[in-house]
Amino acid sequence: MFQFPARLVGAAVALSLAAASPTFAQQLELKLMAPAAPGGGWDQTARSMQQALVASGVARSVQVTNVPGAGGSVGIAQFVNGSKGDGHQLMVNGFVMVGALAMNKSPVTLDQVTPIARLTEEIQVIVVPANSPIKNAQDLAAAVKADIAKVTFAGGSAGGVDHMMAALFAGAVGADAKKINYIPFSGGGESLAAILGGKVTAGISGLSEYDGQIKSGKLRAIGVTSEKRIAGVDIPTFKEQGIDLVIANWRSVVAPPGITPEQKKTLSDAVEKMVKSDAWKEILKQKGWEDAYLGGDAFADFLKKETVRVTDVLKSVGLVKS
Amino acid sequence: MIDTFAALAHGMAVAVQPMNLLYALIGVFLGTAVGVLPGIGPALTVALLLPVTYKLDPGGSLIMFAGIYYGGMYGGSTTAILINTPGESASMATALEGNKMAKAGRGGPALATSAIGSFVAGTIATLGLAFLAPWLVDFAVRFGPEDYFALMCVAFITVSATFGDSPVRGLTSLFIGLTLGLVGIDKLTGQARLAFGVPELLDGVEVTTLAVGLFAVGEALYVASRRHHTEEKLEPVRGSLWMTKEDWKRSWRPWLRGTMFGFPIGALPAGGAEIPTFLSYSTEKRLTKYPDEFGKGAIEGVAGPEAANNASAAGTLVPLLTLGLPTSATAAMMLAGFQQYGLNPGPLLFAERPDLVWGLIASLFIANCMLLVLNLPLVGLWVRLLAIPQPWLYAGILVFATMGTIAAKPSVVELSMLAGFGVLGFLMRRFDFPIAPLVVGLILGPIAESQLRRALAISLGDPMTLLQSPISATLLGVALIALLAPFVLKGLGRFKASED
Repeated sequence: MFQFPARLVGAAVALSLAAASPTFAQQLELKLMAPAAPGGGWDQTARSMQQALVASGVARSVQVTNVPGAGGSVGIAQFVNGSKGDGHQLMVNGFVMVGALAMNKSPVTLDQVTPIARLTEEIQVIVVPANSPIKNAQDLAAAVKADIAKVTFAGGSAGGVDHMMAALFAGAVGADAKKINYIPFSGGGESLAAILGGKVTAGISGLSEYDGQIKSGKLRAIGVTSEKRIAGVDIPTFKEQGIDLVIANWRSVVAPPGITPEQKKTLSDAVEKMVKSDAWKEILKQKGWEDAYLGGDAFADFLKKETVRVTDVLKSVGLVKS
Repeated sequence: MIDTFAALAHGMAVAVQPMNLLYALIGVFLGTAVGVLPGIGPALTVALLLPVTYKLDPGGSLIMFAGIYYGGMYGGSTTAILINTPGESASMATALEGNKMAKAGRGGPALATSAIGSFVAGTIATLGLAFLAPWLVDFAVRFGPEDYFALMCVAFITVSATFGDSPVRGLTSLFIGLTLGLVGIDKLTGQARLAFGVPELLDGVEVTTLAVGLFAVGEALYVASRRHHTEEKLEPVRGSLWMTKEDWKRSWRPWLRGTMFGFPIGALPAGGAEIPTFLSYSTEKRLTKYPDEFGKGAIEGVAGPEAANNASAAGTLVPLLTLGLPTSATAAMMLAGFQQYGLNPGPLLFAERPDLVWGLIASLFIANCMLLVLNLPLVGLWVRLLAIPQPWLYAGILVFATMGTIAAKPSVVELSMLAGFGVLGFLMRRFDFPIAPLVVGLILGPIAESQLRRALAISLGDPMTLLQSPISATLLGVALIALLAPFVLKGLGRFKASED
């Protein structure tokens, strides 16, 4: 009864958007799961996909469902067990889910799903308060080497991308990653307050989250994690400062296990068409997401490599017992 | 100051454009509707509407979102008062006295004081947002983990006001809540606690599931068990439907005090709406001239928390607009709404798009007036709900509670928890244990724990950090006084008595 109006609004949304686009409506009807509560990155990715898929005429309707819980562990379990062989379902996931599954000792893993494509990535940044004596990545590296326990990093949840980045930073400058003093906060908001208030040495987050504070001069960005400089970002990478730290918070989309090669092709083609649409490009620009489209077997390989890397980092900080 | 007035006047001009008024009206209407329905909160509504509003102009849709946000706060209290089913955790304190009032035939005044209190608090807090935001945000940012922990200490000590007559029963209930608060992934180490390998438990116990189970389901079971003993007759209206002069006299101070709790705590990045509502409840219980009525339906216990609830909603917008910090799920969706138009809330937004920011703030005033106009006439309609025969009413509540839980989290585990908490609620009622401390324990316990551990991690394990921060030291002092005052006063009373 209560879900009904929600669906109704969703259907109305899809209909109104379908009516707005002059393309021939195809018969593809998709269900798209965001394994998180409304508002987060996965939810926003799912809803953006819904918007772009329908607006570009790739799909006739897309229904987004939210299954929140434990970094996506609850959602993927439901997806793998409940949607087996269903060629009309997709699920959004990303870097954070890889870590969450390892830490929660989830019986369901990403090996079981059918990889479709990586869609976006957000680069990460380390910031310090404007009045901090630390001016660049080398200063922070020196501080970490001097006494690692005294350098407090604030960021998102334990075992998430921010936490792993703190560990990778310590490892890259030759310190013991196991000893990092990482303070997890729930969401970027709370950690930002702790950094602005000078309670911690440095903060780690996605670049877009701290962009406003960096531009207004309240925070100093000491490095970003992209491989090369990105157009429009006036912050040096860690690589150019001599620290080998490259990491990105990527988000991707996967299909249920047990689908036929034809079904997989239909879904992959639909996603590829969506990625190339103007509607998707417009969304990327608004949200400040980098286009990181990687489809087919290349994405399947990437997923395997990231799983190994993430598990290693989590072991190095003691979050996953080896 | 003059600048602020000029900017606000300009914002008013933006907000009263007919289209924007229409958006505000749609927003408050939708917000009230989803606030009444458990399961669909303002956050989900905004999420569903984001793709639709994509093509609208930014001002209009943000005004609509703000209307939904404020409307949700109004709507949540309606179900709390009438059928003891708080739509969200922030209206839990309202349910304590509000539902008792409704059962005593005073549902009309309870709904009225909550609507008017929300209006008063919303208006004052929005003024605060307009004039104090830059100053307040500086203060909020200085609030560190140790200060939050000290605030939690104050909250813990004052919750004893919700204990009822027996401290032992109150403490038992509180500790059950604290234990439930431990369930799930430990925020600081990422390790699972008391989850027994059930993935649904990894995120902890949902506060609304617990509250709806204890309050609504527990009550339905209790009423069913007593049916053959005494036929409790619910009178929908006893006395005036409207607030009497006496009601007004007893309500206006709690409204103002509630606002004073709600707005600043709501503006804190980890403040939330639950703490100020419970602080307001216990303050009113202490200050009231009618202590006997508490627990039986005291109007102060509705007026204060409801005002605190709405004021904290306005407070949440302080960090959102000035820092780009979303501190609630709805605020996070509004942030996504801003980003949809390429706008980044934060220190630059006031300078870059003053028309938008001030138009939004001005429309909050308008949304508030609309909500009052929308809600007061509904009071008469709502209280008729109580005229439904008891078996039907409680069966309806059970359906309502179950559907709401499934809508929020579609899982068997969640539903079993609802049923389990319902039985627990029944047993606690049967053996006369207070329920509120349990919920308070679940909400405050995890916050207190993680903030203390964060503070200690930052200070490298030195507990003196709790006293070195002036904010924390002051708050701990307040907590100590609150703890000792009753004993000292009792002692003095005895001293005086022996002098006679």
